[in-house]
Parts: sequence; C-alpha cells; structure tokens
Amino acid sequence: MGKTVSFISRRFGQYDPWSLTDYEAHGGFQALRRALAMDGYDIAALLSANGIQGRGGAAYDMGRKWTQARDVIAPDKCVVCNADEGEPGTFKDRELLRNDPFQVLEGMIIAGWSVNANNGYLYLREEYAHLRPLIQNAIRQCQEAGYLGENILNSGLNYRIHLYSGAGAYVCGEGSALSESVEGKAGRPRMKPPYIKQCGVFHLPTCVNNVESLSLVPNVLLDDEGFYKKQGTPECPGTKMISVSGNVNRPSVFEIPFGTTIREIIELAGGVTQGQELQLVQLGGASGRVAAPAQLDTPYTYQDMKQAGLTAIGSGAVLVVDKRTSVIGFLRMTQEFFSHESCGQCTPCREGNRHITLLLDKIAAGTHTQKDVDTMLKFANIMCGASLCGLGESAQSALLSAAAHFPEVFAVKQEVAIR
Amino acid sequence: MKPFDPTPDTLTPEGMAVIDGIILSHGGDSTQLVGILLDIQAAGERKYISRSAAAYTARKLGLKLTQVYDVITFYAALYDKPRAKYPLEVCSSAPCRVNDSDSLLDTLQNILGIGLGEVTYDGRFTIERVPCFGACDVAPAVRVNGAVYGNLTSRERILDMLRQLD
Amino acid sequence: MSKVHIKINNMPLEVEGGTLLIDAARQLGIDIPHMCYHHDQESKAHCRLCVVEVKGQRKLQTSCTTPVSEGMEVFTDTQKVYDAQVGILELMLADHKQNCLSCARSGNCELQTLCRRFNLLVPDLPDISSSEPLRVDNPSIVRDPAKCVKCGRCVKTCRDVQGIAALTYSGRSAGFRVTTAFDLPMAETDCVLCGQCSLVCPVGAIVEEDSTAAVRRAIQDPAKHVVVQVAPSVRVALGDEFGFAPGAIVTGQMTTALRMLGFDKVFDTNFAADLTIMEEGSELLERLNKGGKLPLITSCSPGWVTFVEKHHPELMEHLSTAKSPQGMFGAVVKTYYAQQMGWDPHDIVSVSVMPCTAKKFEARRPELGRDGYQDVDYVLTTRELAKLIRYEGLELKVLPESEFDSPLGTATGAGAIFGATGGVMEAALRTAYELYTGKTLKKLEFEAVRGFDGIKEAVIDLNGTPLKVAVAHTLKNADELLKRAHEYAFLEIMACPGGCIGGGGQPIGTDNALRQKRIDALYRLDASLPLRKSHENPEIKAIYERFFTAPLSHKAHELLHTHYQEQNTVSKIG
Repeated sequence: MGKTVSFISRRFGQYDPWSLTDYEAHGGFQALRRALAMDGYDIAALLSANGIQGRGGAAYDMGRKWTQARDVIAPDKCVVCNADEGEPGTFKDRELLRNDPFQVLEGMIIAGWSVNANNGYLYLREEYAHLRPLIQNAIRQCQEAGYLGENILNSGLNYRIHLYSGAGAYVCGEGSALSESVEGKAGRPRMKPPYIKQCGVFHLPTCVNNVESLSLVPNVLLDDEGFYKKQGTPECPGTKMISVSGNVNRPSVFEIPFGTTIREIIELAGGVTQGQELQLVQLGGASGRVAAPAQLDTPYTYQDMKQAGLTAIGSGAVLVVDKRTSVIGFLRMTQEFFSHESCGQCTPCREGNRHITLLLDKIAAGTHTQKDVDTMLKFANIMCGASLCGLGESAQSALLSAAAHFPEVFAVKQEVAIR
Repeated sequence: MKPFDPTPDTLTPEGMAVIDGIILSHGGDSTQLVGILLDIQAAGERKYISRSAAAYTARKLGLKLTQVYDVITFYAALYDKPRAKYPLEVCSSAPCRVNDSDSLLDTLQNILGIGLGEVTYDGRFTIERVPCFGACDVAPAVRVNGAVYGNLTSRERILDMLRQLD
Repeated sequence: MSKVHIKINNMPLEVEGGTLLIDAARQLGIDIPHMCYHHDQESKAHCRLCVVEVKGQRKLQTSCTTPVSEGMEVFTDTQKVYDAQVGILELMLADHKQNCLSCARSGNCELQTLCRRFNLLVPDLPDISSSEPLRVDNPSIVRDPAKCVKCGRCVKTCRDVQGIAALTYSGRSAGFRVTTAFDLPMAETDCVLCGQCSLVCPVGAIVEEDSTAAVRRAIQDPAKHVVVQVAPSVRVALGDEFGFAPGAIVTGQMTTALRMLGFDKVFDTNFAADLTIMEEGSELLERLNKGGKLPLITSCSPGWVTFVEKHHPELMEHLSTAKSPQGMFGAVVKTYYAQQMGWDPHDIVSVSVMPCTAKKFEARRPELGRDGYQDVDYVLTTRELAKLIRYEGLELKVLPESEFDSPLGTATGAGAIFGATGGVMEAALRTAYELYTGKTLKKLEFEAVRGFDGIKEAVIDLNGTPLKVAVAHTLKNADELLKRAHEYAFLEIMACPGGCIGGGGQPIGTDNALRQKRIDALYRLDASLPLRKSHENPEIKAIYERFFTAPLSHKAHELLHTHYQEQNTVSKIG
C-alpha cells in the first residue's frame, strides 16, 4: 500500500484561504522574504538541484526554464501561472487554488523576482470560475499588505498579478494559445518560432508555469532539511500531486512520493470499483497513453514510466477504467474530447480528428477492414508528426498506445467482402 | 421545439448600462475580452451574447466585431444563440462517462422532456454536453451557471438538483 | 544579415541569413508544396503542407516558418516528408467540394495543381466536405464555403492589408471556418467588396460574381448595341492570362479581341478618366477658391467610397462628387453618345471591363442611372474578360493590334496612369496646376507621388500658394492617413494595393512584384503618348463644346457628379 505525503499540500485545511494573516501565521511569505535576499539565478539553481520538472505536462526542467527566462534581456517580461487545468481527470490545481491560494501567489511573486518580470498573469479556466472571488480576494489582500505593487518588501521589485479568464478551451493550456487568449483573442496556438520564452503574452518574453510547479517553489525555498529530496527515488526525488478518477472507490487528489506504483495509487483511491475488473488506466489526461493491467507495477517516476512506454506523468491524472467500458468505447470518448477541443486551424489536427472519429465508429460497429485500421493509424501518426501544436501532436497518444497494448480490439471481425 | 421568447436583438439603455458596468469592472481593458463576454453572458436571462451586445461591446472596446465574433464562437463557454436560464452542462469526458454519465443524460432528457440542445417550453432548462470541468472526484457531474452538482447517480439525486434550481 | 551556408537535399546553398526555408529552396529551383503560405503575407503555418526534415530536429518542420541558419541541413524529399505531405493533401481534398470541372478556378487552382503533382489518384478517405450552400449575397463576390481549405490567406489580406477584418476565422475543430461576423451577408458587414480576398484564395472558395454569360447573351441579341469600355489597368494585366511577360501592354490585341467577341463599339475608360480629371480638378480649384470643404478626396475607387460610407460617413462631404471614370463613361454613353448615334439608350447595353470587383457594386448604385436604366449594365473583371476570350478560342498573342473606337476612345497619358497609386493625383495636378496658374508645367512627372510606399505626400507650388497633397493605397494606409487628413488640401486614396493595377478583379497570381511591373508599364505608356494632360485631349474639348459647355456646369453636375449615403453595417447595431 502506498502512502501519501504532505509537502505542498501541508496547509490544506489548516488555514482560512480567505485570510492573508492566517496564511502568514502558517509560515506564509517567509519564502518570499528569503527569495528576495537571493539572486534570481540561485533560486533557479535551487529548483534544478531539487530535480523539479514542470508539472503542467511537458516536464521541462523548471530551474532551467527560469534560468533561460532570466537570461532574456528585455525591458519587460511576464510570468504566467497556467491554471487552465484542462486535461480530463485532472483536478489537483483546483485543490491547490482552493485550499492554498496564497501559496500560488507567493510562487508567482518569487518567479517574478527570479526571472525579472513585472507582471504576472494568472490564467484561470472558466470551469473554475467559482474560485475567482477567492483568488481575487487573495490578490487584493496581497496588494494591501505590500506583497504586490511597488518596491515589494523594500526589495526594489515592482510586481502585479492580473487574473484572466478562460472560457472553455483546452488548447489554451498551450502557452502561445494562452497568450492569444490573454490578449483577448481566440486561443489558437501561434506558429513557432518565435517561442513564448522570447515572445509570449503581449509579445513579451514570458515564463509559463503550472499551478503546482509554482506552489512547489515557496516550499522548496524553506526546505532546509531537504525533506523534498528525500522523497521519491534517487533518480526521481520529490512528491507529486495526482488526481485519481474513474472507476475507483474513493476518487480524489493525493500528494504521493514519486516511485509509488500505479497499483498502489489505485489502492490509495480505494481500489477498483467493487466487483469490477480493471480494463485500463489512462495516465496524464486525455493526451496521455493508456496502460494495460500488466503494467500496474510500474513505479510512478518519469524514468520508469518512459521505460514502460508510458511517457505520461503529464498532468498527474490517473484515470481508472473497468471492464464495463470497452477499449474502443474508451478511445471514442477520448476522440470525442479532441474532436471538440482541436482549435481547427491546422489541417492534420482538424481533419485528422474527423476521419479518425469516423473510423473508430466503424471499428466499434465491427464493419471495418484492415485497410481502415491502417488508414486510421497512418493519419494518427501524421497528426502526431505534423500538427502545429502539442494538442495535435498528443491527441492520438491513447489510440497509438492502445494499438500497441490491445491489438486484439482492432482485429477485423469478419472477412468483409471487397466491394 | 422553438426557443421561448427569444430576446429581441436590440439593446435597451439598461442593457447598455449593464455592459458599460461590466467593461468598467474589467478596467475598460480590451485584452479582458474573454472575461467581459463571460460576464455579459451571465448577466442575461438566456445566458448568451446577442448580436447587438457583441456589436456594442466591440465598439466600446475599440475592437473589430469579427474579433468578438471569433472569440464567441471559439470558446465553448460562450454562446451566440439563446440558451436557457439554467443550462444543464453534463460532462461528456471519460472520467464521467465511465461513471455512466450517459444514463444521467438520458434521465435528464426524460425528466425534462427535451433533447440535447433543446430548451424547455418555459425557457428555464436546456441540456448541453460539455468536456471535463474538473469535478471528476464527484462523477458523474453537472454544472449549472458555474455551480457543480456531483454524484448524480440516481433519478432522485437528479431531481434534487433540479429542485434546487427553482 | 550576413550570408549563411546550408544544404538542401545535399545541395549546398549560400543564402541571406534569416531567409525562410521555403524561399531558400526556391533559389535552388525547388518548390516546396504549400497552401497557406503567400510570399506577400506573414507566415501562418496552418496547412502544414510545407513540412521538411531538418537534421537534428525530431519533428518535421514547416519550411514557411523556419529561418535558415549556418550549417543547416534540410531534406525536402524523404519518404517521411512525402508521406506527411500526401496525407495532408488527402485530408484537404476530402474536405473540399470537388465540382472541379465547373469551378471558376479550374485550371488555376492550387489544390488541383498539388493533386496533379502528387499524382493523388485514389484517396484513402471518404468525401466529408460540407454541404454549405454558395453565398451569393452581393453583386461582387461569391463565396463557396464548401471549397474553403482554411488557409487563412483571405483573412490575413482583409485584416492586415486592408485593415477591414470583414472576414474572420470562427469556431474550432471541425467547425473551424472562414466567415463574416455572425455569418452575415458580406454587404451587411464591414466588407467593401474590394475583392482582395478573391485574389489570394488558392481555390474556388472566393470568386468574382460571373457576368460572362449575361454579356454573351447581350452580344447575341441583335436588337442591342453592346458597347464596352476598358479600364486603364486591364491592358497591363490581361496579358498575364495569355502568356505575355509580366507588365506587358496588350492594348492593341485586347481591342481586337473585344471586337472579335462581338462588341459593337470598343471604347477606352481612359477617356472618362480625362473627363474625371476635368471635373475633379475643377472641383478642387473651386473648393480652394471658394473656401469649400478640404481636403478634397478622390472618389474613383469604389472600395474606398464604400469604406467612407460604411466606416467614415463624417468624411462624405470631403469626397469629390465627381463620379468615377466608369460612372462618367456610362452616363456619357447613354446620353451624349446615344444622342450622337440616334440610339435609344434603352437599346444600349453598356459593359465595362474593370480590374475590380467593387465596380460591380458601383454599377448597381441607383444614383448611377436614370429613366429606369443603369448607366453600366454589366461589369466584367479582367479575369472574366480572359474567360470570354478563351471561350471564343482566341489566341491573344497572335491577334493583330487595333485602336479604340472614336469618339470615346482617345485618351491622354494622364488617363492612363489612373491605374497606379498616385496616378490620379499626378493627372489632377498636371491639369489643376495649369488651370490654376495659367502656366505650362515644365516637368510633368510628380515623382513624389509615385511608387509603392503606402502613404506618399508632396507640396505643390501653385503660384506661391503651397498645395499640400497626399496619396494612400490600401484601406489600412488610408485609415492611417485619415487621422491627419486635415493637414492636406487634396488626397488620393485607392482601396487596393498598388492602385487599380492591383485590384481584386485582376488575374489570379497578382502579387506585389507583378503590381510593380504593371505600375512601370502604365508610366511607360504615359511617357509614350503625345498628349499627357487631360485638358489637352481633343475629344474632351469636343464633348465640353458640344454637350457639357464647361466643367461643373449644370449638365455636368447632372450626369458626371453623384452623392453619397451612409451605409449601415452589423457593427453599428445595438
């Protein structure tokens, strides 16, 4: 049985998220004070030393990202807190914002200091609109207390945080689409180059971080004992917020040490729904690969997952599906999601999703030929290789991994007469 | 079924004042367009953005109407056609679907006597399918004007939710 | 930037640093397939057809967004690239309504060309093109959404070149499309019908309204006198459709072709351009002398006039009341000329050949007609004239040259340069200067108002009185210039880039390089003519003597001037 830990979730339920003073009473803003006495590069180095990888899905070395952001020479830069938690089955950022909004803001301010930015943008998905008042309140209290504004704590840092709304677009989790959205436009990803680290929100150099990544920052800064690094495995230290959903008895958010196996994660959530048998697990949200029951003992680390062909820690979603749902049925659900969420501007993703939907329908009906399966996989690969952004690139992860783990479900049912 | 009393496509002075107030609350900042449109939509009885509201907003913010239209049609949570006082948004993503949100959808249609996308005769309810809104821990779930109703696994619980919307 | 050294398909190439791969490959004679890329526009990287392999990069890269860098090794012809390109092409084709044989763009459709190039014979995918109907909702432009490949070139042109943004993307995923605000008819939107969208569309999704059949029917009708006028810009563009060198002047072959098509009289719009100068120049002098509204702004470009009526009604008083050359010509044909020939104006079918789609709308204006007839019955674009010539099976290149008919066929160099940005200004200045000062111009060329710059300005010395003038082409530049309009006495504004030679009705393939060649041709034509000032045109002198008496006379006002009316659009509701 795996265990949970409390590192970034340690204040959950311990203080009143509407009260800055309560946050301060629980150690809030100590990390900021410490950070303001440090060099920005040293903060980034500390993140690297702790082996922190971005929690949004791309798993980029966070310290390196901040170093690169700091390196950019520009009169103005931005920090973005990406709270567009759109991967189905992911709700850990919701819990971080709901239970400890000040921690997220503190992380954003430290990011501003470290990379030398004057503005932070918190991009909150519309689906979390109910958290807006809470976050607005936190921003206001921080302003009033001098944690935001001019010359913060006499450090010389001028920094403001702006709250922006999404409006139901998964693709806005992609940095350049998010930038478009913050500029008041449809959130269609931009072509690259230029990359957002040079040209993002309002065409300024922009450093985008996930809610969980930013929440980690104050904790790591105060972690004198090296608690964080002692968690997990030597190769993959630390803890991770995961969201477990689907056919389990106790779906919820857990903070776990890296290295917990998928089987242990399912057990944490109370196990597969009573009386049901496991079909598959999807990791990292709709854009993640699927694991077969035989892969349950894979430890949840970047390295082990990759080795097992499950590159997806991604958003930290763990979706458990029992045999009441067929593999093809499940793939059609995922496909429906991407058919809804593709921004539509690039040909492979827009058109590829349409055709793959039709072909999956055919397979579900059992009227397909081997040629249909080949065509479907061909276009899944073209989407993966030639789409404009990460959405198109990863939309067929589930299908392609299912084709590898569950080849039998694509088998041609009967000889279909050649027309 | 015909939509109930569609809002006529002209803005009243009160309607303009509401939009003016919303724009002001966003600091008159045209980059806040997405949030502004969400607020305008929420302020209306039928939870959509009319042509005239869009045109007025575009002028007030100094934007092209096509930009506003593009934004409305791009974002799933913005609508350019009248909906209902209580749009019932049923999650259609895998975490809810594997928890039988299809039955939830059927039950809702059955109770209200309307199909997907249709509006009840009194203009109060419409049923929509939306992607994951992050309530997977209480799947299957419905979201109504921003509020989440979870664990809707029985007809009783669904009826209970509808009663709360009165 | 300095030169860098790259290899494309193992062939070494030295190229300016920062050049896009797609352009660099062209220097080696390699055309990387593309759809959304247009060399006059910013890259969009939507279509993904131009993907290539770049050594060291895991993913395929779009050559329209990748700048070259030192030592780069690129492969445009690997199996991986080919598979991706063919696959994308199949996807595009499956969503494209394929009535190719009856499509206006058959033969010069970029999708068709690519399918031929890739030998796309048996697609793997079913046809899932939309069943959206044709949009025939205005006199100028027809849209066929079912053919749209979503490349975005039209959206870019409308927004970035014209600053109008009547066309937009909307929706997402399978619902992603190009449309107008709230999907309304174009005339109800901010659109001015300039047709620049139709010029950049790679397929048949945006084309001109086709009047060729109606014109052919009129020609076949023995009871009708069918007269045609040809705008200055047509003669330097028509050749593109028939294998002439870019910017070739094909006036003589064109007039022959028009006669062979069966037009009873073939006239020159340049004549009416000279007439326009007489009226507009006199209007300018009158406003200068009598303290009228200044600046006076030209009104030849129908896209621009609609722009004022839709977007700047407060400037309507500044527009010259002089009709455009097309409008003047139409009025003259059905009054003065009809009288001279003893024809009933109702028996005349007046056709014009224009480089412009907005002229089709202009011709339908109720102000431009009387007694139940319109002054111009049909407007053909340059492209439609080419269609008619092909229909008749004429080989333009081998046709003998001929002259325009008289009396409405003599024009000066001033009329000829109307087609270039700055041309109307220069023509007006040549006449206004001489009429105002009574002196003869020493140098006819006003270099300051020539060229491709978006906004040009000059100060002319009128006997010690400085006349400050400016010229803008494209509506985006126009909007910019209007912010300081009050600084000037006279403005020339043309809706299309380069002026009429770059109009929305010109041959497909018209780009900025071609526009420049056509401008050069018009100035060559001007320099070659014996008469270069409108007021020296003998036929113009004659028409005033016999008919109008003088510029701005009562009769001139009745037939050669017009008025403007604000147009409502959806942007103004609420």
